[in-house]
Amino acid sequence: MTLLTQGHAVTEEARNRRFGPLYSRNARAVIGRGLMATKSSNWMVMLSGFFEPVLFLISMGVGMGAVVGSVAGPGGQEISYAAYIAPALLAVSAMNGAVYDSTWNVFFKMNFAKLYQGMLYTSLGPLDVAIGEIVLALLRGLLYATGFTAVMGLMGLITTPWALLMIPASVLIAFGFASFGMGITSFMKTFQQMDWVNFIMLPMFLFSATFYPLSVYPEYIQWLIQAMPLWHGVELLRQISAASFTPATAIHAGYYLVMIVLGLMLTTGRLRSLFLK
Amino acid sequence: MPELHSAEGTSNKPVPAHEEGPEPPHYVITAENLTKTYGDVTAVDGISFRVPAGESFGLLGPNGAGKSTTMKMIGGVSQRTSGNLTIMGLDPEQNGPEVRAHLGVVPQQDNLDEELKVRDNLLVYGRYFGLPMSYLRPKADELLEFAQLTDKAKSKVDALSGGMKRRLTIARSLINEPRILLLDEPTTGLDPQARHILWDRLFRLKEQGVTLILTTHYMDEAEQLCDRLIVVDKGRIMAEGSPAALIRDYSTREVLELRFGSERNASIGAELEGIGERLETLPDRVLIYTHDGESALEEVSARGLRPLTSLVRRSSLEDVFLRLTGRSLVD
Repeated sequence: MTLLTQGHAVTEEARNRRFGPLYSRNARAVIGRGLMATKSSNWMVMLSGFFEPVLFLISMGVGMGAVVGSVAGPGGQEISYAAYIAPALLAVSAMNGAVYDSTWNVFFKMNFAKLYQGMLYTSLGPLDVAIGEIVLALLRGLLYATGFTAVMGLMGLITTPWALLMIPASVLIAFGFASFGMGITSFMKTFQQMDWVNFIMLPMFLFSATFYPLSVYPEYIQWLIQAMPLWHGVELLRQISAASFTPATAIHAGYYLVMIVLGLMLTTGRLRSLFLK
Repeated sequence: MPELHSAEGTSNKPVPAHEEGPEPPHYVITAENLTKTYGDVTAVDGISFRVPAGESFGLLGPNGAGKSTTMKMIGGVSQRTSGNLTIMGLDPEQNGPEVRAHLGVVPQQDNLDEELKVRDNLLVYGRYFGLPMSYLRPKADELLEFAQLTDKAKSKVDALSGGMKRRLTIARSLINEPRILLLDEPTTGLDPQARHILWDRLFRLKEQGVTLILTTHYMDEAEQLCDRLIVVDKGRIMAEGSPAALIRDYSTREVLELRFGSERNASIGAELEGIGERLETLPDRVLIYTHDGESALEEVSARGLRPLTSLVRRSSLEDVFLRLTGRSLVD
């Protein structure tokens, strides 16, 4: 048998690409791997991630909505309770999807499947891996956001074409959480530590003005909630859903841009020190 | 006999890697004073070696000798504390992705992608090197055949035996047609059949000019596969040379093994004094290192000693290894 070991021009070509010390411009290989793995194993998890906010919307929006009636929307106009909480649920699902992908998924791949160790023994750099994993989380976030927005449309909760902007805005929110989540996960060593992630996520979900306005809290609690990322996501999507844009809209979006930059710096630095020690 | 614990022990032997011939050999790896410390622990303590293209080079040593750490530094996934290291003329720390484009790596523990099927493992791994699918599809089939896994192409990785997983890992490491193949204990944990199949595959690669860098603590493996090797202990090079040269330098041609029963083994030493070159008393047997085992055995009988069993065998790399790194258990 002739196993050619130096016989192909393409392997030579691949070696002569431009490389950086941490980056080989090949995050798409990591993305391709993720899509292939999803095809064979992960799709049940993906499906449940889509239904979770839909079930919340039906039970809280339709069920509770019948009791609550209509509430004041972001511009002060009267809207149904379902229309009030739907964008918040979308923000929560963007957060949950991104955090699940960038924490539990990454934790498993890092510590048990040893997937990244394998990747970093190829010509991939840590930045390729970080970008690839984050893009995967965002693709999933995009899928959920599109599905949920469609459900909102079917339920008659979309009143303006601006509401379609909720989809890219959800991806922005997911990006912020995913870039940070992966960096934070790199510090985790045990499953017990991973539970802290849930410990932070659940209260953030319940109290970030998701189901009622911020004004119900005393002022110091309001400040605390406004410092948290989810509140900015909830407000951002709520304003977009009602096409009620104010200077605060830019602040909410800016919060996520800063989060993305800091998160990417943290994640790449951590991957470097974890795998290139 | 050269002095123990000296890497210069073989300097009078024709070791091609260190000869200044008219055509200097092309070194794919050069390490000078390579050192790695983790806190207070010195894993690799100033080792130097050069590997010419096409050589099969072994790192031998007990557990914890610093073999795997050295391999990681070569792969650019561990940063050295001091010293110099170049792979294909590049510094693996500064040019990690570029250096690894030339390498194939078989880590100590298989890290196959369990979420993907067997053939997909090869395709996806090839994509990590930036290789196009038009190249990878036929290449994957070729490598599956090489690894004798063609009929497992669509299986899940879980379903493979230990030997199959190991062969798949080796096939995977060849997807980018590497110039240098790093093998960290490639056959540890495999049964004899699987080991021999693997040795055969590795030997074929060597025939095709791939440089093999191999760590092992199996002496028979080192004798089978390595042109030249270094014996490493506690992060230092204890000896360097071809398997035959090391046996010549650090052991005798033959070894006479005598068993007198565990009661008498310890006390018999004095009575065997003067037979052979060197005597070693172990709890269960006495080893006499000699150039002629049969005549040593005759001498033992002539002195009126009656061992329970006796065995004359050729000296092996194992004798060298144990002499250089000691017999005490290391973990």
